[in-house]
Amino acid sequence: MTVTVYVPRDSSALSLGAGEVAQAISKEASARGIEMRLVRNGSRGAYWLEPLVEVVTASGRVAYGPVTPADVPSLFAADFLNGGQHPLSLGLTDAMSWFASQQRLTFARVGIVDPTSVADYVANDGYQGLRRALSMTPQAIVQAVLDSGLRGRGGAAFPTGIKWKTVLDQPAGQKYVTCNADEGDSGTFSDRMLMEGDPLALVEGMTIAGIAVGATQGYIYLRAEYPHAYRALNHAIAAAYQARYLGSDVMGSGKRFDLEVRLGAGAYVCGEETSMLESLEGKRGEIRVRPPLPAIKGLFGQPTIVNNVMTLGTVPTILHKGAEFYKDFGMGKSRGTLPIQLAGNIKRGGLVERAFGVTLRELLYDYGGGSATGRPIRTVQVGGPLGAYIPASQFDVAIDYEALTAIGALLGHGGIVVFDDTVDMAKMARYAMEFCAVESCGKCTPCRIGSTRGVEVIDRILNGVESERNVQLLEDLCETMLQGSLCGLGGMTPFPVQSALKHFRDDFRARTRH
Amino acid sequence: MMQTLPPTDTDTVRRIVADLKGRPGPLIEILHAIQAALGYVPEGAVPVVAEGLNLSRAEVHGVVTFYHYFRRSPPGKHIVSLCQAEACQSMGAEGLTSHAKHHLGVDFHETTSDGQFSLEPVYCLGNCACSPAAMVNGRLYGRLTPERFDALIAERGLKK
Repeated sequence: MTVTVYVPRDSSALSLGAGEVAQAISKEASARGIEMRLVRNGSRGAYWLEPLVEVVTASGRVAYGPVTPADVPSLFAADFLNGGQHPLSLGLTDAMSWFASQQRLTFARVGIVDPTSVADYVANDGYQGLRRALSMTPQAIVQAVLDSGLRGRGGAAFPTGIKWKTVLDQPAGQKYVTCNADEGDSGTFSDRMLMEGDPLALVEGMTIAGIAVGATQGYIYLRAEYPHAYRALNHAIAAAYQARYLGSDVMGSGKRFDLEVRLGAGAYVCGEETSMLESLEGKRGEIRVRPPLPAIKGLFGQPTIVNNVMTLGTVPTILHKGAEFYKDFGMGKSRGTLPIQLAGNIKRGGLVERAFGVTLRELLYDYGGGSATGRPIRTVQVGGPLGAYIPASQFDVAIDYEALTAIGALLGHGGIVVFDDTVDMAKMARYAMEFCAVESCGKCTPCRIGSTRGVEVIDRILNGVESERNVQLLEDLCETMLQGSLCGLGGMTPFPVQSALKHFRDDFRARTRH
Repeated sequence: MMQTLPPTDTDTVRRIVADLKGRPGPLIEILHAIQAALGYVPEGAVPVVAEGLNLSRAEVHGVVTFYHYFRRSPPGKHIVSLCQAEACQSMGAEGLTSHAKHHLGVDFHETTSDGQFSLEPVYCLGNCACSPAAMVNGRLYGRLTPERFDALIAERGLKK
């Protein structure tokens, strides 16, 4: 029997040389006259082990990693195609504790299937959710999403079912489903991983959304920094059309759903939903004043669902396994699971999907293994550039929307950026303001002007110019931006700044001028 | 005085506009296609696009300049984007950036005098578990060190 070997085509794995490893394996196999099937999967998300090579054996998939092209001849010599022992052996992938303790629902197929194959997708529970949805009334589909407790995974955590219901309740006419794939937060990569590793899950989720609310057109708004995801999505969409999961007669139901990918052009603010809609219309990505809500007046003035990749990618599981199944995971008002991303200065970085309720400490030390540099972790920033810095004294907080809000932090898109004790928090606060100044859409004054003034005030503090007075001014400025900005960019930039001031005040002492 | 495009480029822009103008909200799609064909969005393309879409030049100019991705001058042969965001900072992006600037002899948004390399900042490449990250001509690199940076520049022929 032909052996199947998996080498990821995930862009992070490629950034560590997975492409060269795949080539070396093919070359070595043909030189030895061995027939094998090479599948380019997504990443399993254990990035410290990438490039992670897996071989299918009678007892399951066996892993080796991190593999370099130079290791390939010795892997063949060790008979890795039959699971042979090698210094890079990791044993059965599923038995590794890092994976075994995870609860992968949204990421159930990522790293497992061939992302380019509809057949592989279907063989692994794919399109079960859509099949189910097509047998239900639109109201019942929306109710299932509502009952599941699913909240927007992009960061705002708004109940997805309520958004859908609002769109469903609008009079019949052109409606849209849009997916916000403008994953610009530093420390986040779960959208990218899903789009590269299991793009059909997103395609299916959007199709279900379309069927539910009566929308016939979907758009995925993808950031330009993700060229691999762009290729993977377009490939998946073409394959779905060919297999009639998209188009004028979705799964023989007589219902239409069309889908295309639109590329952004490097504007962080387009991750805000109204700004994204402007950009999808081909305009400057300036914030729209709400109301009207996009669900009532969205893309091209029509009722529009705007959901994040993780939200839509979770919908097929909810429809397939039922709202109750999904709701049974989690804690409090945070139901289900969250794909959490461990990033920055972390020894074992990657994707950990767990039910809400796991603590930050478990993630950082049990999964993450502490910092990459081996120094003590001083702080983590959760939820991207607009998220608060959390000090080590609060690492027992649970990953839960309300628990994080209670300590003045936010969960956002579930990205955790780790910093060791060499971090300069005044510099990080300055960076938050600087980033806001670079990315502000310019529509409202607190964000456009406030961010630039913020940089200047921090500079004055650090240069010893009336430090006390300027710290007060900075606090005032944060309050103004928080209260007066039109959207989250200006309105949340104060969070990292205020948290740095609160927990790391000593870092704001004046420095000697050079 | 607005610069005018060479006739072949004008034809290219006209063809792109004609191909894409029927799509909903086509302007950004058109600008992407122009940049893919010409390497940047020349100022002279603005009136051609504006005329084709029945927009004012100001509207088109406004969109071109809003988005960081659209270049308004020709890039070097290789575009090197270095991530400046928090995750990469936590793993030494700042040091790598000063090394890169020094090694190439340019600042951000500049191109080496031999026209080989343009250096750009980027805010997150989604490679945050393998920081610091960079992208060279659409190819992603992770866990970069100054040595690895020099090697990938040398592969592409920096004359030192």
